[in-house]
Amino acid sequence: MNSLADKTASELSELYKKNSCTQKEILDSLTQAIHSKDGKLNAYVKFEQTRPIHRKPPATKARHQNIGGQASADGDLRSPLWGVPIAIKDNICVEGQEASCASKILQNYIAPYNATVIEKLLDAGAVIFGRTNMDEFAFGSSCETSFYGPAKNPWDLARVPGGSSGGSAASVASRTAIAALGSDTGGSIRQPAALCGIVGLKPTYGRVSRYGLIAFASSLDQIGPMTRDVRDSALLLNVIAGYDPKDSTSADVPVPDYTSFLGQSIKGMKIGMPKEYFKEGLSKEVGEAIKSAVKKLEGLGAVVSEVSLPHTEHAVNVYYIVAPSEASSNLARFDGVRFGYRNKSAQTLKEMYEKSRGDGFGAEAKRRIILGTFALSSGYYDAYYLKAMKVRTKIKSDFDEAFKKVDVLLTPTAPSPAFKIGEKTEDPLQMYLSDIYTISANLAGVPAISIPCGFSKNNLPIGLQFLAKPFDEGTLFKVSHAFEQATEFHKQKPEEPSS
Amino acid sequence: MNSKYLTTIGLEVHVQLNSKTKIFCGCEIRFGAPPNSQVCPVCLGLPGVLPVLNHQAFRLGLRAVLALRGTPSKRIKFDRKNYYYPDLPKGYQISQYDCPLGQGGALEIETEGRLKKIRLTRAHLEEDAGKLMHDISAAASHVDLNRAGTPLLEIVSEPELETPEEAYQYLTHLKAIIKSIGVSECNMEKGHLRCDANVSVRKNASDLLGKKVEIKNLNSFKAVKAALQYEIKRQTEALEKGEAIPQETRLWDDLKQKTLSMRSKEEAHDYRYFPEPDLVPFFVTQEEIDRELASLPELPKEKAERFARDYGLTTYDAGLLTQSSGIADFFEDCASGFPGHKTIVNWVIGPISAYLNEASLEFEALKLAPETLIRLIKLVESGQLSFQTAKEKVFPEVLKTHRDPEEVMKEKGLAQVSDEGALDAWIAEAIQAHPKVVSDFKSGKETAAMFLVGQVMKKSRGTANPGKVQELMKKKLKELV
Amino acid sequence: MTPPPISNDSEAIGPPLADETGGGVSEFNLKHIASLARLHFEEKDLKVFESQVAGILKFVDELRKVNVDGVEPTSHPLPLTNVFREDEIKPSLNVEEFQKNSPQVRGRFFEVPKVIEDKS
Repeated sequence: MNSLADKTASELSELYKKNSCTQKEILDSLTQAIHSKDGKLNAYVKFEQTRPIHRKPPATKARHQNIGGQASADGDLRSPLWGVPIAIKDNICVEGQEASCASKILQNYIAPYNATVIEKLLDAGAVIFGRTNMDEFAFGSSCETSFYGPAKNPWDLARVPGGSSGGSAASVASRTAIAALGSDTGGSIRQPAALCGIVGLKPTYGRVSRYGLIAFASSLDQIGPMTRDVRDSALLLNVIAGYDPKDSTSADVPVPDYTSFLGQSIKGMKIGMPKEYFKEGLSKEVGEAIKSAVKKLEGLGAVVSEVSLPHTEHAVNVYYIVAPSEASSNLARFDGVRFGYRNKSAQTLKEMYEKSRGDGFGAEAKRRIILGTFALSSGYYDAYYLKAMKVRTKIKSDFDEAFKKVDVLLTPTAPSPAFKIGEKTEDPLQMYLSDIYTISANLAGVPAISIPCGFSKNNLPIGLQFLAKPFDEGTLFKVSHAFEQATEFHKQKPEEPSS
Repeated sequence: MNSKYLTTIGLEVHVQLNSKTKIFCGCEIRFGAPPNSQVCPVCLGLPGVLPVLNHQAFRLGLRAVLALRGTPSKRIKFDRKNYYYPDLPKGYQISQYDCPLGQGGALEIETEGRLKKIRLTRAHLEEDAGKLMHDISAAASHVDLNRAGTPLLEIVSEPELETPEEAYQYLTHLKAIIKSIGVSECNMEKGHLRCDANVSVRKNASDLLGKKVEIKNLNSFKAVKAALQYEIKRQTEALEKGEAIPQETRLWDDLKQKTLSMRSKEEAHDYRYFPEPDLVPFFVTQEEIDRELASLPELPKEKAERFARDYGLTTYDAGLLTQSSGIADFFEDCASGFPGHKTIVNWVIGPISAYLNEASLEFEALKLAPETLIRLIKLVESGQLSFQTAKEKVFPEVLKTHRDPEEVMKEKGLAQVSDEGALDAWIAEAIQAHPKVVSDFKSGKETAAMFLVGQVMKKSRGTANPGKVQELMKKKLKELV
Repeated sequence: MTPPPISNDSEAIGPPLADETGGGVSEFNLKHIASLARLHFEEKDLKVFESQVAGILKFVDELRKVNVDGVEPTSHPLPLTNVFREDEIKPSLNVEEFQKNSPQVRGRFFEVPKVIEDKS
């Protein structure tokens, strides 16, 4: 069956232009797909209670009168996202919708305002459609820490979709979403994209406003698109990128038309492969998929060489100090005073805090809060937090050095294809190592994209990651699109989950 | 106080900056608004929000730093101070730890007739907390977050104050400066100026600094003075008895006029400061500093020197006049059209100050026009109105109704009577009514005359010209002898 | 409280480190940290958590080996500075509407268990 739900955003846009489909048909098609598949996938959170939101500007009427499909003066028609449903990760605030971060502590919390990315999508005519499952507060790499139960990988329901944006990845891969927004603090867009065989982009820190993204680690978080192909990724970034006066850390850097980088030749492009990413820990299958991808890229004229990012081995250590430290402070506001879960049996104030937070947070959230609180506590700050921030500087300068020599870096996205549900839940440290290749981009603030580059013998998707200089997402789209056009991986889709 | 003990006092003053909106969001700062009406997702600390620094709050803070002769840090940054309390929405306060807005600076105070320089440690920007109420019900406490996010500048002095009086002087001078540069209204009733004090007492100079006791809940300058007096006495007595003074935080109880120990916490505070990742660092250029310095008005101390020089006032009078720029401006306006400068001063530091103190008002609230005071003074000088009547009867009415003094005087029949015919009648009446007093006078008791003068004043409801009455009375009595 | 130290360079300074040279896993007391973080743990979970977190700490302690002499800390990946907003009034939130989210209110106030004034 080739339903409207199978289309990409750019394909839908074409259909709209030809007046060959209506918004209702698309939403119906998606709803039908969700009804038939999501019972197994659990990619959405409370789908039935979440109403689609679409801003109807006065120009809407003009659109339908616009025979011939050419862009007219009205703004929404010019937007290729007009009428395109976008699924939203459950940690991005949409006014009037529940924003729970898949946590008990925020269950039934209705956000009273729109995140800036939501405003931008609505202004572009997109439809805000459903909220996707995730690891609780984005703490995890498997979607298993969700209060709503784990989302499943559409390629194998016994396996994880990756995380934390596992629901976004699973919905886009399973054709229950056209495209989705995720958030990435240490790989939470790219790793699930790789595990589910889709395209996931973490933009440069500051490229996309964080206003309305429920913070995990403020100096690492970025919102980004999760799509079926590179073109959709560029289309979405065109809309959500840009300076936001509500976010002091968003950069006032012009937003180019990212689709202009698509279809360009990569002849002579210098691609570096950091040798530290190809050591022990990388599965053979992933290693081989990367190897053949490199051949493909060389065939397209790229010049591939080895480079070094010498402090790579410390990235996970740094990350597991910086991220939990910031998180421990960011999550202090979940105190049961103004909103969210409160333990009503508590008698004293301190007991109210401790029991509300004790009941409301899951085990991984507690581990990270404890870890971060300790790293910031008196007597340990210098040894942990300050030290980590200094090593972070070294990791960042590794990238500065590498980008003097090459245009992009190529690495695996994840050490292995999707692992089994429950496989790593008992060992937090093993779970943390799932992010070993994605964490550095967040620490250095550079943009990175994961695109499909092969399949394992079990028919599980494998992803590769490109990284570029800050604000050079264009180069990422250029090389990713060239690779995608030369391969068929992105066209594969998982079979219907069997009952 | 026992003089063999040395006291060291440091003050931390929180000044509310008078920007229109809060420090990190666009909520209006409005005193007395209904609970939780001046709040938004940012100052409520809702999930997903981010702070953006109010430029005006930053400018005002910088202005204060420069007026206090401090230096902006090379790199200014914000930090999170983490602790849980219901009036702190985010579970952390955005404050400044090691790179505050301003460093150093100094303030001069007068103590025992000499000038003393008190150095400042630092001045940093931070957000205020909300309010936690305990008296709405017996079973629960209640949170109002209108105040949460109000911009504060915390000014920390070096521990160089030695007496409660010096602390009082320091606060008075600090308030005068802050107010004169337009950084804060410094309205104590509205909590624009709040103070914590650190005090330690030790036996003699060679001892290490004693254990520091922090006193909180000081809501007026008077409370600061009283709390310090109480605390120094308490600590001295403890030392006398050979007791150790624990380092602790104590609360001032204004009703009981004593400090009370806050129960020692289960754990010491561990605020886990770290750089606020949601805000970027700030740098101040030399041009900005120069521009701000150039725009600073004359500071109270400079103004006092000028007043003493140009108007021939004593240092003491000039100091009093310049503690509020409202009063200083008022004086200058009066003085520009009236040569009796000393008379103006006497009115300002006499009846006007007394009225303000009694009514707990700021000078500006009087809305007193300089011409009004001058007209009143002229009525007294021309003998149409007695000073006493002017002060006690006409002036309060003028302040209340903003009417012309002469009009008030006439309407109430308070004009001074100097007419000898009228005065003679009253005098004759008094002499006739008190033959015993008259005979006292005759037998040489001169003071008996004063009693009779008093009777005349009473009879005239204060309108009789007292000098004239005295003169005529003496004359009359002498005639009788 | 004691005024925090002032840095003259651009480096962040935290509280002093108790044991700068210590090589092993730092003293970690879950109960103390849980109290600071206002997190209640069931007695039965304490042991597991403590050993898990200690394991992670041992792992991150690898960082002690890295020489960072003269290296500035990175708190922000981007070199942005002086980001302000103008002092303009923006509408406030309708709190009565928002309070549908609140676990306990009284009128327009948020209600919490009685806070006992902390004095003796």
